[in-house]
Amino acid sequence: MALTGLFLCTFLVGHLLGNLQLILKTGEEGRRAFNEYAYFMSHNPAIKILSWVTYISILFHAIDGILLTIQNKKARPIPYARNNPSKNSSTPARYMAVLGTLVLVFIATHMANFWYKMKISEEVPMHSFIVSVPDQSGQIQSQEFYYTHNLQLIPKDDNFSVKNGTDLYMSKMNIKIGEGYRDLHTVVMQFFSKDNDSALFAVLFYVLSMFVLSFHLWHGFASAFQSLGLNHKKYNAAIGFIGKGFAILVPLLFAIIPIIIYLK
Amino acid sequence: MAAKSINITLKIWRQKNANTKGALETYSLNEVSTDSSFLEMLDQLNEQLINERKEPIAFDHDCREGICGMCSLYINGRAHGPETGTTTCQLHMRMFSDGDTIYVEPWRSRAFPIVKDLVVDRSAFDRIQQAGGFVSVNTSGNTMDANSLPIPKDDADKAFEAAACIGCGACVASCKNGSAMLFVGAKVSQYALLPQGKVEARDRVLNMVRQMDEEGFGNCTNTGACEVECPKGISLENIARMNREFLKAGLSSEK
Repeated sequence: MALTGLFLCTFLVGHLLGNLQLILKTGEEGRRAFNEYAYFMSHNPAIKILSWVTYISILFHAIDGILLTIQNKKARPIPYARNNPSKNSSTPARYMAVLGTLVLVFIATHMANFWYKMKISEEVPMHSFIVSVPDQSGQIQSQEFYYTHNLQLIPKDDNFSVKNGTDLYMSKMNIKIGEGYRDLHTVVMQFFSKDNDSALFAVLFYVLSMFVLSFHLWHGFASAFQSLGLNHKKYNAAIGFIGKGFAILVPLLFAIIPIIIYLK
Repeated sequence: MAAKSINITLKIWRQKNANTKGALETYSLNEVSTDSSFLEMLDQLNEQLINERKEPIAFDHDCREGICGMCSLYINGRAHGPETGTTTCQLHMRMFSDGDTIYVEPWRSRAFPIVKDLVVDRSAFDRIQQAGGFVSVNTSGNTMDANSLPIPKDDADKAFEAAACIGCGACVASCKNGSAMLFVGAKVSQYALLPQGKVEARDRVLNMVRQMDEEGFGNCTNTGACEVECPKGISLENIARMNREFLKAGLSSEK
């Protein structure tokens, strides 16, 4: 539990840095930055290995947590008629299993909303945009282009076609000339945008889930160190301080992103 | 401070034996001196019950000075009652007010089956101790004097603090998971810190943890309740030390 928990804490930091691309830059620049990040996350071989370690960590952390909770419930078959645990332990510490289950529910919906569309159903469209310029006669001509990840612009017309999801080919000669990428940025923006009827619910659910995550981390961060035997009076204060700071800051930064998108 | 008398209501767990179902019974007890200990108050109640020709309440007690670990009792939702750093025999009725209702329950743990009323069988702790909580010494007549081995003062102090565990079981009783990690952590630590204990350190921690799991105690989730409720102030540091010893032994042991 401790090892997977701490690994998932490092995952949160990486995920957060990626998500911050959604608000740090705006307009076409922001769109490109975030989509480039998404491209990197789904193509870099090291990240692919890391993502599998993350899936396995989440599953192990959840399954092991459930098994341990069942054992712990069995260890006290008859509950106390009167119990006063608030006198000896913090509330998040006593509700780790409940908090963890809620985080798991959030992860499931979160993956269905974004990860599944990006990786499995491939519903997320290619990143493309329309350039409008006046021709010699002064008439406005519009042309839609695919953006590739090495800054090529490839016209979206019959001369070019998309294969294997994001590869761009010259239709007649069947030669790969570039690699486009998916426009996850627009999907996320639309998901949390005020124009979307269900966005308010999505933002509230997201923010609420971040509160739950915060309480889970409030106990979990320092607890992982204790489980690994890292309890030393020289470092305990620092571990406690960093753990509490992490539990507040990381979920807070995650939560402000959908709020900012919604309010835009 | 002048002694004062209070009238109280008690809700006490009554259970004939391990095989029958128990229930909370309500008793009224008048004129309890605030200078009496909690156990003396129960003695007073038992006298009243005997005079009424009723079965007295069975509860564990021995030294009545806080060092034997015999007394237990989950009082008003806390192990050994509302005071910290004390056993039930050191808890005094001045901690309660006139008209109070006091709940008295046995330790609740699968590994501590109820013998009768408030008495639980804590021999699971003995079996954990027997699995490794000792130092093997050859008693051929030329045993070395323990003091001839130099031991750093800090280590000796920490070992002593761990050895202060009286095995009362308050840690198990107050842990939401019914975990015995504080007890086992203290017993592992008191030897792990001393040169005499290092020889068998690896087998000790593996055997004691295995026995702990076999007895049906729960797992530690670091809520810290045990440390707060421990009458001897055993620190969570001992659990971390046991975890270190266990990791070390698990990685290097051939068993």
